[in-house]
Amino acid sequence: MKEELDVLEQTVASDYKYGFVTEIDTDVVPKGLNEDVIRMISLKKNEPEWMLQWRLKAYAHWLKMEEPTWPNVHYPKINYQDIIYYAAPRKKKQLNNLDEVDPELLKTFDKLGISLNEQKRLSGVAVDVVMDSVSVATSFKKQLSEIGVIFCSMSEAIQNHPELVKKHLGSVVPMTDNYFAALNSAVFTDGSFCYIPKGVRCPMELSTYFRINTEGSGQFERTLIVAEDGAYVSYLEGCTAPMRDENQLHAAVVELVAMNKSEIKYSTVQNWYPGDENGKGGIYNFVTKRGMCGGDHSKISWTQVETGSAITWKYPSVILKGDYSIGEFYSVALTNHFQQADTGTKMIHIGKNTRSRIVSKGISAGKSQNSYRGLVRAGKNAVNARNYSQCDSLLLGDKCGAHTFPYIESKNRTAVIEHEATTSKIGEDQLFYCRQRGIDAETAVALIVTGFAKEVMNQLPMEFAVEAQKLLAISLEGSVG
Amino acid sequence: MLSIKNIHASVEEKQILKGIDLEVKAGEVHAIMGPNGSGKSTLASILAGREEYEVTEGSVTFLGEDMLELSPEDRAREGLFLAFQYPVEIPGVSTTNFIKTALNEKRKYHGQEPLDAVSFLKLMKEKMELVEIDKSLLTRSINEGFSGGEKKRNEIFQMAMLEPRLAILDETDSGLDIDALRIVANGVNKLRNDERAIIVITHYQRLLDYLQPDFVHVLVNGRIVKSGTKELALELEEKGYDFIKDELSVTAA
Repeated sequence: MKEELDVLEQTVASDYKYGFVTEIDTDVVPKGLNEDVIRMISLKKNEPEWMLQWRLKAYAHWLKMEEPTWPNVHYPKINYQDIIYYAAPRKKKQLNNLDEVDPELLKTFDKLGISLNEQKRLSGVAVDVVMDSVSVATSFKKQLSEIGVIFCSMSEAIQNHPELVKKHLGSVVPMTDNYFAALNSAVFTDGSFCYIPKGVRCPMELSTYFRINTEGSGQFERTLIVAEDGAYVSYLEGCTAPMRDENQLHAAVVELVAMNKSEIKYSTVQNWYPGDENGKGGIYNFVTKRGMCGGDHSKISWTQVETGSAITWKYPSVILKGDYSIGEFYSVALTNHFQQADTGTKMIHIGKNTRSRIVSKGISAGKSQNSYRGLVRAGKNAVNARNYSQCDSLLLGDKCGAHTFPYIESKNRTAVIEHEATTSKIGEDQLFYCRQRGIDAETAVALIVTGFAKEVMNQLPMEFAVEAQKLLAISLEGSVG
Repeated sequence: MLSIKNIHASVEEKQILKGIDLEVKAGEVHAIMGPNGSGKSTLASILAGREEYEVTEGSVTFLGEDMLELSPEDRAREGLFLAFQYPVEIPGVSTTNFIKTALNEKRKYHGQEPLDAVSFLKLMKEKMELVEIDKSLLTRSINEGFSGGEKKRNEIFQMAMLEPRLAILDETDSGLDIDALRIVANGVNKLRNDERAIIVITHYQRLLDYLQPDFVHVLVNGRIVKSGTKELALELEEKGYDFIKDELSVTAA
């Protein structure tokens, strides 16, 4: 049932090729936020009472909070009453398998290069796709369930695995954690849920593809990954949105729970619509991501390639509670035109002999502002904690900015924390050298940027590394003149 | 192959070249000598298309085309190669990857398929032996942490890989010890053929001893003031540039 693609449609935007809108029958809740809207979302999702109460509690807390102003980003005040909090492609009936998914939806994901059918047949990647507020399809579910791996949408998890959700939801990012996390806790609509039982090494990459489609809607997804003792999972998320003149809000929460000797590898290729070259439109990406290395010898590794969004505010963090646990953060954040990024990580060393590694590569072009903000904390019991941080910035042109805000707090004398930072510029001399060899300026920039980001790109699962590299090159188009 | 006519050029409003004429045919090796600040490197930059240099008058024809109309990358793809006096470092980009990209961009320009990995490695091995370059250099980021000699050798290696029609060596001998100079010169000699022209810009006779140029030109104050055969270079080495300057002042008087 493979649809032929319209080549013209595929190239709707030269810079941002995912900027199209899918004409699809959508079920939306009216704009605005109040208790009734939350009740309506909960009702639409047929949620149990405890879930509704949890949401309402979060909402009550959110009302008392202030939007943070400390990030190095600037934007007009968000009107939270002007956002649609629930928009879902209307389902005709309960789906039994992928072939029953609305063909219009399948086409959308085909266009995005996420062919659900292809995926099912060809590659060893299980995909959950989330359009606006709901998960529309999950592949490989059956094969995974045979080995005890649960991979489904968050809504399904609330219905089918309430005890697991109850136990872990909010255990790493409490609903009171921060302004956007509280908002998310109140209105989250969907996201992915992964559970890897004891001793199971998940045999395939799990991946979620997020798509914002409806105008005026926000996306508030919630992802929870739990790896029991000795389990392993590699998870990847990708995201795109149509090109619109208005800014759209994306406020997600991701929680990772790693038990004894387990490992979670979480990769993100973030390509939300960044706004046009004049800074109009684009996604506000205000995300809270945190992992808990609760068990001894557990490991959590974040890898992110951030090229999209008008504003990114995001600090995937690891709480190193278990002894000998390991936290890693590998990041490439690229900003062009008027994009602003304030991103980094937090490594909180609590257990003994914990180790963390931070490699951050910021690339700024156009008139963009790119900040690294990172906290490394060694608590008083974190004997022999080790951290190594490396923050490199690359500037293209002279109208952009790169900033580094490292915070280091050590309460244990045996802890060793190292921080290295460099800032470099793609110089005229480098460009000319490349051009003299027959490499045009744009290709040269891509070559240099790829080289700069290599250490992080190498951390991505193979299936996505190539795509991510292309993305870097595309995002820089028009940045050299 | 290359025809330079009455080239005037300036950088930041300062006139540096004041009317240069030069004809270079395939197979020829020309040496351009001259004191510091005479405009030698400016000439190389003009030919390669550096944008800070403005050509105010004159023309350059390369393989029958108006070269000044071409972008730097297109000049390179047409077969112009400049061995830089100060090759820049590009962190994170391996020499191999860099050369592969350059070679395939050139092939694309000429409507050829990109070279597959096997053929590329084969070609690289062949050229490595030719210019005596160490394999370990090629996996490192281009020019990063290279010694002066390694940088220059890497330039000649790139020249071997890209097989240009016209190569300009801009003070390739500067900063080289005698062994490195010999290796670089041997490499260049092996790359000489009837189809390829080479312009060597240098201060010293040393390199020319190895290269044995067909013609020697002396550039002083933005003009070629004397042209001759390789004996001219020997004379310069012996008497210094002053003798030419003296000759000039006599003529002027």
